[in-house]
Amino acid sequence: MDVIATYALRLGDDSLILGQRLSEWCGHAPALEVDLSLANIALDQVGQATHFLNLAGELEGKGRDGDALAFRRDVMDFTNCLLVEQPNGDFAQTIARQFLFSHYQALLFEQMAAVKDTRFAAIAAKAAKEVAYHATLASDWVIRLGDGTDESKARMVAGLAWVWRFADELFAMDAADAAAIEAGAGVDKSALRGAWDSRVDAVLAEATLARPAPHRATTGGRIGRHSEHLGHLLSEMQFLQRAYPGATW
Amino acid sequence: MSDPSKEWPLWEVFVRGKGGLSHRHAGSVHAVDAKMALEHARDTYTRRMEGVSLWVLPSAQIVASDPGDAGPLFEPAEDKVYRHPTFYKIPDGITHI
Amino acid sequence: MYTTDMSGNKKAEVVAEDPEELAAFEARVANDEFIEPKDWMPEAYRKTLVRQMSQHAHSEIVGMLPEGNWISRAPNLRRKAILLAKVQDEGGHGLYLYAAAETLGTSRDEMTEALLSGKAKYSTIFNYPTLTWADIGAIGWLVDGAAIMNQVPLQRTSYGPYARAMVRICKEESFHQRQGYEIMMHLAVGTPEQKRMAQDALNRWWWPSLMMFGPPDEKSPNTAQSMRWRIKRDTNDELRQKFVDITVPQAEAIGLTVPDDKLKWNEERGAYDFGEVDWEEFAAVVRGEGPVAKERLQARQKAWDDGAWVREAARVHAEKRANAKVAAE
Repeated sequence: MDVIATYALRLGDDSLILGQRLSEWCGHAPALEVDLSLANIALDQVGQATHFLNLAGELEGKGRDGDALAFRRDVMDFTNCLLVEQPNGDFAQTIARQFLFSHYQALLFEQMAAVKDTRFAAIAAKAAKEVAYHATLASDWVIRLGDGTDESKARMVAGLAWVWRFADELFAMDAADAAAIEAGAGVDKSALRGAWDSRVDAVLAEATLARPAPHRATTGGRIGRHSEHLGHLLSEMQFLQRAYPGATW
Repeated sequence: MSDPSKEWPLWEVFVRGKGGLSHRHAGSVHAVDAKMALEHARDTYTRRMEGVSLWVLPSAQIVASDPGDAGPLFEPAEDKVYRHPTFYKIPDGITHI
Repeated sequence: MYTTDMSGNKKAEVVAEDPEELAAFEARVANDEFIEPKDWMPEAYRKTLVRQMSQHAHSEIVGMLPEGNWISRAPNLRRKAILLAKVQDEGGHGLYLYAAAETLGTSRDEMTEALLSGKAKYSTIFNYPTLTWADIGAIGWLVDGAAIMNQVPLQRTSYGPYARAMVRICKEESFHQRQGYEIMMHLAVGTPEQKRMAQDALNRWWWPSLMMFGPPDEKSPNTAQSMRWRIKRDTNDELRQKFVDITVPQAEAIGLTVPDDKLKWNEERGAYDFGEVDWEEFAAVVRGEGPVAKERLQARQKAWDDGAWVREAARVHAEKRANAKVAAE
C-alpha cells in the first residue's frame, strides 16, 4: 500500500475500531438517553470508517473496498491507534477514552478540512462537526463524573489512568504522516498537541481532576503492533466474513 | 424502591423544524440539568434531520390550563365571528382587500 | 416494536366512577376525541393505559437485546450502521413511550423496577434467541412487520400522548421492516448455507411472531373495553389473520417456506387458513419461561445496576452546581 493509502487506512481504522467498541454499549448504557448518545457517536464513527476505508481501497487500487479492508485483514495489518481498541471497561473508562480521542479527532479534522486533497478535506469537513459534538459530550461527562460522587471520581481517575499511556501515540509522526503532508492530504499531528493539552487540561480542572501521572508511551498500533484486545475484537467483528468466504450480505 | 427525588427530572423538548418555523413540542427527556437536557434532546429528537434549533424546559415549570375551565376559557371566543375575514361580504369585483 | 397483549384472562377490576363523568368520557372517546393527561378519565382506563404503554416501552428496551446481539458481528459496514441505527431507534421508542406513560403519573424508574422485578411484562417475542445473522432479517421482516400492523392503528388511539408517540414511532420504523426483508432477500439468493440460514430463521420466528398478536379473541376478555376506549383498534385475531395474509406471499416471493403444513389459501374467505398457535408455549413465555427470558432480564438488571453510580453522580453534580450558583448569587 502506498503511503497516502496507508494514511487513509489509519484514519479509517481508528474510526472503525472505536465505532465497534462503542456499539458494544448499545442496550446496556446507564440511562436510556445515554444509550442513544453513545449509539450516535458510534454511528458517526462507523460512517467515518466507511468513507476513509473506501478511500484507502481506492487509493490502493487493488479492488479492495472498505468492507474488504474492515473484515478481511488480520491484526498485524490493522493500523488504528491503541487507544481506540481498549476495552470499554466501566462507563468512566469509556468516557475517558472518548474524551482523549475526540479532542484529538476534533483538532485533526479541523485542520484536515483545509488540506489540498479534496477527498480527505471533504470527509474531514463533515467529520469535524461530528467529533466536535463528541468532544463536548465526553468533556461534559468527565466533568460530571469527576465532580460528582466519591465513587464516580475514583472511577474517572481509574479510567483516565488506564487510557493515558495511549495519548502520545495520537500525535506521533512517521514517514506516512510526512508523505501525507507533502501530498497535501495530511496534518502535522505533532503540532496539535499543545492545543489538545490545553483543552484537556481545562476540562480536567473543571472536573476537579488532576492530570494523570506521566507514563511511558505505549505505542505500536500504526505499524500493526497491538494490544491483545484487538484480536478478540476482530474475531467477533469479522466472524461472518471469515465463516462464509465469498458470500455477500 | 425507586426514590423520586433521585430520578433525573423530566424536561420537555421543542424542536424548530427549519428556519422560519416556530418551535414545536417533540417529546421529553430525562436530564440532570439544562446542558444535559439539550444534549439528550439532540441525541433523541434530531437524529433524522428533524431540527435546526432546540428548546428544553423542565416539565415541572409548565403551567397548564385546567381542562375543567375549558368552557369559560375557550367557548366565549366561539361567537366572535366578526374577528374572521370571511365574516365580511365584499362584492366579487373588489380586489386587494 | 410491539408489545404482546398480555391482558390474558385477568379481567380488569371495576371501580365505581361518577356515572355522569363516565358517560361524558365515553361519549368523547366514542366521538374519536383525544384524551389528554389532565382530563378526567376512569381509573380503569388510566391503569390499562399505564400497563399497555409501559409494556410497550419495556418491549422496545428488551427488544434492543436480541438484535443488539448481532451489532458487533454485522457482516459489513452498511449492515452494521443500519442495525445500530435500528436498535438505537428501539431505545428511542422506549423513551417516547415511557415519557407518554409518565404523563399519567408513573415515573420511568417505577416502570423500570416493575420490569426488573418481573411484575411488568414485555413482548414474548424477545425471549427467543438470535442464533444467526438471518435472525436479524427475520426479526425486521416478521417481528417489525407484526409490530407495524398493530402500531399503525394506535396512531389514532384515544390517549393523546400515546397517539403522538405512536405517530413518531411509526414514521421512524418505516425502514425497519424493509431492512429486515432486504436481509432475507439477500440470503435467499445467496449461497446454500445462506439459504439454509434464512429458512431456519423463518422456521424459528414464524410462530412466535403470530403469538405477538396476543391470545385468541375468545380468551381476551378486555378486548371489548379496550376497543371501546380506542386503546386498541382491532382484535388480536383480526390482526393475526391480516399478518398471515400479507406475509405468506412475501415468503413465497423469495422462495422461503412458511413452517405450517395447515397453511392453505381459502378462496371463499379470501384469506389463508393456518394452523393453531401453540398457546401452551405462549402462556409459558408470558409466565417468564421463554428460552432466554432469564438472560434478557439479567442483562437489563446488569445495565441498571452498573449504571446506578453514573446516574447518581450526574444528579449529585447538578445539585452541587445548582447550590454553588445559589451561593454565588
